[in-house]
Amino acid sequence: MADPKSLYQEVILDHNRKPRNYGTLAHASHKAEGHNPLCGDHLSLTMNLDGDRIDGIAFHGESCAICKASASMMTATVKGKTRAEAETLIGEFRDMATGKLDLTGRPHHLGRLTVFAGVRDLPTRVKCAILPWHTLHAAFNSVVSASTESEDDPMHAPIGDA
Amino acid sequence: MTAAPTTRKLRLASAFDVERIRADFPILNLKPGGKPLVYLDNAASSQMPQQVIDRLVHYRTTQHANIHRAVHTLSEIATSEYEEARRKLARFINAREEREVIFTSGTTESINLAMHGYGRKFIGAGDEIILTTLEHHSNIVPWQMLCEEKGARIRVVPVNDAGELLIDEYESLFNERTRFVGVMHVSNALGTVNPVKHMIAFAHSRGVPVLVDGAQAAPHMKVDVQDLDCDLYAFSGHKLCGPTGIGILYGKAALLERMQPFKGGGDMILSVTFEKTTYNTIPHKFEAGTPPIAAAIGLGAAVDYLSGIGMDAIAAHELDLLDHATAQLSRMPGVRIIGTAGKKAAVLSFMVDGVHPHDVGTLLNQDGVAIRTGHHCAQPVMQRFRLPATARASFAFYNTTAEVDALVAGIRSVQSVFS
Repeated sequence: MADPKSLYQEVILDHNRKPRNYGTLAHASHKAEGHNPLCGDHLSLTMNLDGDRIDGIAFHGESCAICKASASMMTATVKGKTRAEAETLIGEFRDMATGKLDLTGRPHHLGRLTVFAGVRDLPTRVKCAILPWHTLHAAFNSVVSASTESEDDPMHAPIGDA
Repeated sequence: MTAAPTTRKLRLASAFDVERIRADFPILNLKPGGKPLVYLDNAASSQMPQQVIDRLVHYRTTQHANIHRAVHTLSEIATSEYEEARRKLARFINAREEREVIFTSGTTESINLAMHGYGRKFIGAGDEIILTTLEHHSNIVPWQMLCEEKGARIRVVPVNDAGELLIDEYESLFNERTRFVGVMHVSNALGTVNPVKHMIAFAHSRGVPVLVDGAQAAPHMKVDVQDLDCDLYAFSGHKLCGPTGIGILYGKAALLERMQPFKGGGDMILSVTFEKTTYNTIPHKFEAGTPPIAAAIGLGAAVDYLSGIGMDAIAAHELDLLDHATAQLSRMPGVRIIGTAGKKAAVLSFMVDGVHPHDVGTLLNQDGVAIRTGHHCAQPVMQRFRLPATARASFAFYNTTAEVDALVAGIRSVQSVFS
């Protein structure tokens, strides 16, 4: 098992202290609420799509450092990207967090988001890292509320090697 | 650690030798990630001493068969050991009779049994059930299910900022529709020891029976059900150095006899035809199917073990740990203790400013310190204190002041990571 300390790298702590794109867009075209009832993490995501491209994105909420840093880095990464590019990242991030993506063996687009790879060794924290991505997916699909515990959510992924 | 002979003698004389007790718990020798395990999640589940492990092995290797019906020797042995475990539990809580002890799968099933056995028979539309803000979800949800079915309603006793029940408010909730009271003895989220004896006496003065959820009390203090005069008392084995999958519901015999069965099946009947079934006597009426025989016998061994140390000695040592931890955490800038009741058991909930409890827990874990983080299945308590979650350290008699110091050092290290 990786040293959990490796998860709390400076880049994650920095995004936790100074989250990017923190707030609410006044005239969002898409929005969603993300909620993890197990730990009380909650975040609100607003987004403006210009055609197929993410023109603006913001989040706010109450959560642990892993969730907040994940949301901050996610918004910074997907801003300016197309919906298809963002959807690819959502899938890759989820696969990395649940240990299904071999970062060395397969090409991917995660870049510095790989700082979250260590979460795969902390099953109870996987959902913290995934929640923002979950919520982004819900926002694209105009699902107003996302939950890590919803059965019919297409993002619902079993933890570990299911 | 080798103590000088004189020190050793002094320690033994002091009656509570924590190092000797720790030697009974093999799991405490673990070194997760190379760090000695500091296990401070005892309110969730306690560890098992070698004596209980040995008892389970002895049963499995030499005594196992199904109980109560077969004529062969092994079944007679298993039956007698199972019933002996019931006697031990009855003595442990000072029940009048052993038939007042029903084996269940744990506190949750015990409360569900009370709901089905008493609630569904005696509580109806417009009736009221009094619960408290401090309750664990397991003493809320079954009663909500009953209310939904019957059209009854729940009244809730509020708490003050220290996490103590407002007893005046409790008393003012009683009216002619009050049919039942459910109250936890010790709060799993805050550690508050509730004045259950007084609350029971008050409820009885209004003719209302009381269920006490003793999941967090039975492992940490002497429980005397006759002194409390509670009608029902529930607790789990696995928080008491016993196995999972076993617990008890104590009930006054007269009440248990009036209650209806919870589960139907074998062993809970005297005779069955397709026209009519006659139920067995208590406690068997409530123990349908083959029970967790080994777990019950293991729990019997666990209460023997605890009684051997003495519940008063256990309580005293744990309160020393709590006082030490409370003093240390109170002095730490940026740390806030949640739950400051005048009377507490060995549970310490806290918040570290600017750090979510889950991050506190994950970082403490890297120092080998195991605590609980989350809502502790007590979301109404979290809502009352406007918190999403807390970090919770909970102590057992095998913990040491050095382990409390490891917790404190771990919290300092969390603060430095997030500074």
